[in-house]
Amino acid sequence: MVEAKIKINSQTGLHARPASLLVKEANKFKSNICLVKHDKEYNAKSIMSVMSMGATFGDEIIIRASGEDENEALNSLKSIIEALKD
Amino acid sequence: MLRGIGASSGVAIGIARVIKKTSEVEKVLIKDTQKEIERLEKAIELAKKEIEDLKVSSKENIGEKGAEIFEAHLMILEDVEFIGAIKEKINTEFINAEYAVKLTSDEFAQIFINMDNDYFKERAADIKDIGNRIINILLGKNNNSMSSIKESCIIVAHDITPSETAQMNKDLVLGMAANLGGKTSHAAILARTLEIPAVLGLGNITEVVKDGDLLILDGDNGLVLINPSQETISVYKEKQEKILLEKRELLKYKDVEIKNKLGRKVEIAANIGNPFEVDIALKYGAEGIGLFRTEFLYMDKTSMPTENEQFEAYKYVLEKMKDRLVIIRTLDIGGDKNLPYLNLEKEMNPFLGLRAIRLCLNKRDIFKTQLRALLRAGLYGNLGIMFPMISSLEELKEAKNILKEVERELEAEGVEYSKDYKVGIMIETPSSAIISDILAKEVDFFSIGTNDLIQYTLAVDRMNQNVSYLYNPNHPAILRLIKTVIDNAHKEGIWVGMCGEMAADVNMLNTLLEFGIDELSVSPPMILKLKKSSGQAS
Repeated sequence: MVEAKIKINSQTGLHARPASLLVKEANKFKSNICLVKHDKEYNAKSIMSVMSMGATFGDEIIIRASGEDENEALNSLKSIIEALKD
Repeated sequence: MLRGIGASSGVAIGIARVIKKTSEVEKVLIKDTQKEIERLEKAIELAKKEIEDLKVSSKENIGEKGAEIFEAHLMILEDVEFIGAIKEKINTEFINAEYAVKLTSDEFAQIFINMDNDYFKERAADIKDIGNRIINILLGKNNNSMSSIKESCIIVAHDITPSETAQMNKDLVLGMAANLGGKTSHAAILARTLEIPAVLGLGNITEVVKDGDLLILDGDNGLVLINPSQETISVYKEKQEKILLEKRELLKYKDVEIKNKLGRKVEIAANIGNPFEVDIALKYGAEGIGLFRTEFLYMDKTSMPTENEQFEAYKYVLEKMKDRLVIIRTLDIGGDKNLPYLNLEKEMNPFLGLRAIRLCLNKRDIFKTQLRALLRAGLYGNLGIMFPMISSLEELKEAKNILKEVERELEAEGVEYSKDYKVGIMIETPSSAIISDILAKEVDFFSIGTNDLIQYTLAVDRMNQNVSYLYNPNHPAILRLIKTVIDNAHKEGIWVGMCGEMAADVNMLNTLLEFGIDELSVSPPMILKLKKSSGQAS
């Protein structure tokens, strides 16, 4: 299992559009991937789950991946969240 | 009689058509879970097809923006958690697919309702919309109740959702009444755009009114009358006639041209606060958009709008107005309008505090994002950028420098943007009026914001009932300032408009024409009234 901490730098937070980008990317990997906010896990492959996290500007979240392609998954999701800007 | 919120004015008299949305779902215990799951999967596939079709008809009926919502609906239908939870309920509780869908969509909707963010809260309605769609397919019921309307009627519904308005045949809908909704809800904006009366927030009208009841909607007073007497009907018929006649009568003035004392044609433009309203503006013959308030993008939210969200809104209006000038005012927040997510300090004198351009110069990221969106959208029409609340030359220069900086950044990034746009300022502080000769050298136009100009010049808060009698647009100080501004602008060869309430005051029209005003920008329905009264004046 690998994980990384990351800050949401997008002013709009994880709204529908960025969330759907993230979910589409997550679904490309075989690993189980989740996002963690306030110790609660959310399925990164589900738009409903990611949006129900309600991540807004400035929130710190953890990306956690486990499975055969965990490293690729982690790096790719990390770069997507980092690239979120308005 | 029911009392609600008058969300769109006018009178409608017609037969009620009650739109029932939620189907009754019963819990049934089943044995063959595999078969139930197959039923569910088939229903989901059909639901996807329905939504694809809706997307197309929505694009035709309301445009690109209206179709976006269905993109999200499609993703929900493919969601592993959502669909997974439904299947799990069927497998472990041995219940029918309908009931499993209902339980799951209620659960998920509840999660969103509980979130303290309006954007996410609204998503609850989307989830329920989806759930109902699947349930109706499973029950073999028609999902297109709105589209099945074949005769003129008044729509009575629990809530009027985007997926319903997309299918509505607008020529047959005389009016709309709903349990939910208010002045700014989707249904209200749509009703005003289509100019049909609407009364919303009625609470329980779907329980009180039956299909076939005769209804009168009074959109001005927010009333719904159920099976009224013949007498009442004739009173309202008369009222309806009168409104119709007035409208028809006013349309005669659509092509009237108003001239000022210099013999120049005065542009009659529209003030809008939402992209939708551009359609109404055009209908009334707006010759331009004199003030496009951008606050709607920022209000009722918990975070900043993205650059693209803004770009789309500006582009929509610019495209619709073609080569006619669209003046978009940069963010005018602060004073009485606050944004909770900005965490602004509470101020002793908010009207003299960090507001409008001052706030934008203080929070440059926000300002630059808006300017980027504006410059990009400028490619699609005739753009004017207007800064509010300028009170000194330095401030204006700083704002213009940031604009240049944004241009350079876009250039460096290789992003396409407009280089051919106009820059202007609101004249709404006494200081800007007094130094208007200096400011005029820096901009392409002025627009006088009379509401603030009067309040600052006369030192009167017109919301304060103890002093509001002092709020007098005819005060010689105000008239002198306006005259000064117009003269100074003309000396520098730039034009002056007015977008405050005084612009729509037919009693002031002659004075303003006498001063040589070049443009008047008013709310769309006022355009024709203004043109009519000028006819009398000339």
